[in-house]
Amino acid sequence: MSYIPHTDSDRAAMLAEIGVETVADLFLDVPKIVRYPELKLPPPLSEMEILAELRSMSEENADLDHHACFLGAGAYNHFVPSVVGHITGRSEFYTAYTPYQPEISQGTLQAIFEYQSMVCALTGMDVANASHYDGATSLAEAAIMSVNVSRGKRRKIIVSPSVHPEYRATLRTYTPGPDLTISNLQYPISNIQLDADTACLIIQNPDFFGQLLSADSENGLNGLADAVHQAGALLVVVVDPISLGLFTPPGEYGADIVVGEGQPLGNPLNFGGPYLGLFACREKYMRKMPGRLVGETVDTEGRRGFVLTLATREQHIRRERATSNICTNQALCALAAGAYLAAMGKSGLRQVAELCYHKAHYAATQIAAIPGFDLVGDKPFFKEFVVRCPRPPSEINQALLERGIIGGYDLGRDYPHLEDAMLLCVTEMNTKNEIDHLVEVLEEVAL
Amino acid sequence: MTEPLIFEISSPGRKAVFLPELDVPAAELPAELLREDLSLPEVSEVDLMRHYVHLSQLNHAVDTGFYPLGSCTMKYNPKVNEEAAKLPGFTRTHPYQDHCTVQGDLKLMYELQEYLKEIGGFAGISLQPAAGAHGEFTGILMMRAYHEERGDTRRTKVLIPDSAHGTNPASSAMSGYQVVEIKSDQRGNVNLEALRAYCDDTVVGLMLTNPNTLGLFDEHVLEVSEIVHHCGGLMFGDGANMNSILGIARPGELGIDVMMFNLHKTFSTPHGGGGPGSGPVGASERLAKYLPGPIVVKVERETSNVKRETSNVKRKISNFQPPTSNLQPYHLKMPSASIGRVKAFYGNFGVFIKAYTYIRMLGAAGLRQVSEDAVLAANYLLARLREVYPLPYDRICKHECVLSGHLPQAPDVHTLDIAKRLMDYGFHPPTIYFPLIVPEALMIEPTETESKETLDAFAEAMLRIAEEAQDNPDLLHRAPHTTPVTRLDEVRAARHPRLRWKPV
Repeated sequence: MSYIPHTDSDRAAMLAEIGVETVADLFLDVPKIVRYPELKLPPPLSEMEILAELRSMSEENADLDHHACFLGAGAYNHFVPSVVGHITGRSEFYTAYTPYQPEISQGTLQAIFEYQSMVCALTGMDVANASHYDGATSLAEAAIMSVNVSRGKRRKIIVSPSVHPEYRATLRTYTPGPDLTISNLQYPISNIQLDADTACLIIQNPDFFGQLLSADSENGLNGLADAVHQAGALLVVVVDPISLGLFTPPGEYGADIVVGEGQPLGNPLNFGGPYLGLFACREKYMRKMPGRLVGETVDTEGRRGFVLTLATREQHIRRERATSNICTNQALCALAAGAYLAAMGKSGLRQVAELCYHKAHYAATQIAAIPGFDLVGDKPFFKEFVVRCPRPPSEINQALLERGIIGGYDLGRDYPHLEDAMLLCVTEMNTKNEIDHLVEVLEEVAL
Repeated sequence: MTEPLIFEISSPGRKAVFLPELDVPAAELPAELLREDLSLPEVSEVDLMRHYVHLSQLNHAVDTGFYPLGSCTMKYNPKVNEEAAKLPGFTRTHPYQDHCTVQGDLKLMYELQEYLKEIGGFAGISLQPAAGAHGEFTGILMMRAYHEERGDTRRTKVLIPDSAHGTNPASSAMSGYQVVEIKSDQRGNVNLEALRAYCDDTVVGLMLTNPNTLGLFDEHVLEVSEIVHHCGGLMFGDGANMNSILGIARPGELGIDVMMFNLHKTFSTPHGGGGPGSGPVGASERLAKYLPGPIVVKVERETSNVKRETSNVKRKISNFQPPTSNLQPYHLKMPSASIGRVKAFYGNFGVFIKAYTYIRMLGAAGLRQVSEDAVLAANYLLARLREVYPLPYDRICKHECVLSGHLPQAPDVHTLDIAKRLMDYGFHPPTIYFPLIVPEALMIEPTETESKETLDAFAEAMLRIAEEAQDNPDLLHRAPHTTPVTRLDEVRAARHPRLRWKPV
């Protein structure tokens, strides 16, 4: 099965038009000693067979339709309304490519424009791009953009240790060599050392541990933004977009660039991808922003239409002078995110965020009451929280798994001082029964 | 034919989604942290669906018509791929689940790694990069890591032929390297003399797109690799054009040390309107240890020794049974000298499923057939058009052919006009003005999935347009005439950027 329509007579006619005898004549430019390797691949399957094989392979997994899930840590089990899949399932969207020819790509272009508008509304920022590969690469590009905003003069990036560990790892990979330094933010925040070499400060809110940073002007986010700006640096904030249905957007506490993982907005967990990176900034930095942008304009008849714009920032024009090599976005994932935000609307997104908040607090309260388990952290939290456990988290997760529950993220993986702690996540998908069952099993484990 | 913005069909109080009631006691909300307003649209489900269906109808797509966009391999996307990727056993797994609970996911990734190794002739594969350009950047970082580990720090130059993709220079520059352009020779190959002149101990490596953006296989590829390797440099392969050499040549055997694949081009995963793609990177023996990770490894064990305890959870539909210990074969592991991770998690898993499905359905013979017919189609179009459209490099091409839209009989007509007029005939235009070394370039990649009738219809439209260019150039200048909108004012969009809808 190779989806090729040619009959033998088609091939013969085409070869005759070309003026060669055989198809092999088309490959004489390939050095003979390496031509036609024998590929050792499994024999071909019919559609029926491959679907049966894949179904069986997929059932070797413990999936979240058959398990209660309390795992988050950057990838979240949220409800995806049916309408979202039917929108992204339109093959006029998914079998198109980058809208290079706007006259026949208005569907993709307008959908991106609407997505950009909704991301601006959500984050409280002026401009949003068409998306990056994921939250981690958005963050890395935001750090590089901050250096570019200083015209390369500022070479230091300060990152909070409570930014997602894999985001920090990605940032390190993106900025190799001795040129840029990445240093850890030292808590408490009021003691940070911002200097003339600092390009940006990166924080996450809610942070990796689920905690919401306080808003007060002295020690909280507003004070932090003031300090960063006084030093001439930029404040970069990593967000969970669902939290913004309820909580103050970073645009209101002085963020210059907002990034985040867009997966919770209508995209399935998919074992880690494809996801999308949210990316938004202040208008004054618009021309330094990496990634695709769609803008509104008019056609020759004066009708509204949309085009890719500010392309002079991009690699296909600037080549080696480009500051980022990104040449696509995650268009279909952004389409899902846009459709999700429109489906949820202003009240629906708030309701999702509230359900997460209340259920997470209910779970946290119940677990904290079990002898041996303690909540870590004194700040308000959104949908995730840290608990210290009476036994190693891996053992607890094994016990939970045997009872049909996928437990929390083992924090010892990244934070040695939290090796007895796990990060639990509760969303609107978790029923009270599931939470009560979790608590029961944890009670048994604690004995 | 335009569609209102979603915000323009919004009405306060409308809802498309109804969520369950809160089933636990409400906690106190931190009043000082709450936001005041959120200007998202408020629409009903039917209006939402119609809005997006209307938008979708404004697109040209592979499923609506021929899409010969050069360098992008817009082949048909088999529908079984989509069904496979929607299996809830895959979509409903979390990336941080314990390895023993996601053996199906890991097995699929492991097998895909193995297939790509075999197809590309590589010792190792990382599936992590999310797109072709991401894979390029990854490759450059690996080359850098290789030289650094050897203490070979004088190397700062990346050689890039003038027939390379525009992302190649950008990826090199992003890594802080100096880009040196190498001219092509008369036949569109890398100019060996020019190459020799630049090859010294300051060269990081060469980024080779082969077949290149002229659609030509470099006839001296083995010499090119030898010259670069001889000066201590490495060969990076841009795998964007793999659709012409499946089962024909293995990049690893052409001397390529590191290469990115494009699953969304070669392996039939849809382009999604600009993503998600997937850009796995393959590496030779000496570079494999620098691959980004984690990657999937298989631990061979005697399965008879692995005992599974009967679980006290009732078997549901899933085959999954919780194992008593971590004795499963597939694991995630960082390569020994990895450059680190280039994104969170393991790559675009949903895309892997589609590429895996395609490779399993085609097998080795089917893949070679793909490349043979893709090359056949491109040469057929070349043969049909060469009398009318100037051909800068007169050779058998591979998966795409590059012609010039500069027609001697119609000097006022440009490639852009020809491209726009093609839309009136129902075709997506080829890639235009690229590669830069061909003036008024038209880069045409038909792929193997288009019938001879479709190719003929396209060729006839191109020939007809060439006549129109002579007889009625204004028709082309004002084209397209039949699309939802006419030519758009891109200058206005850039000078007065309107990048979002704002509440009135």
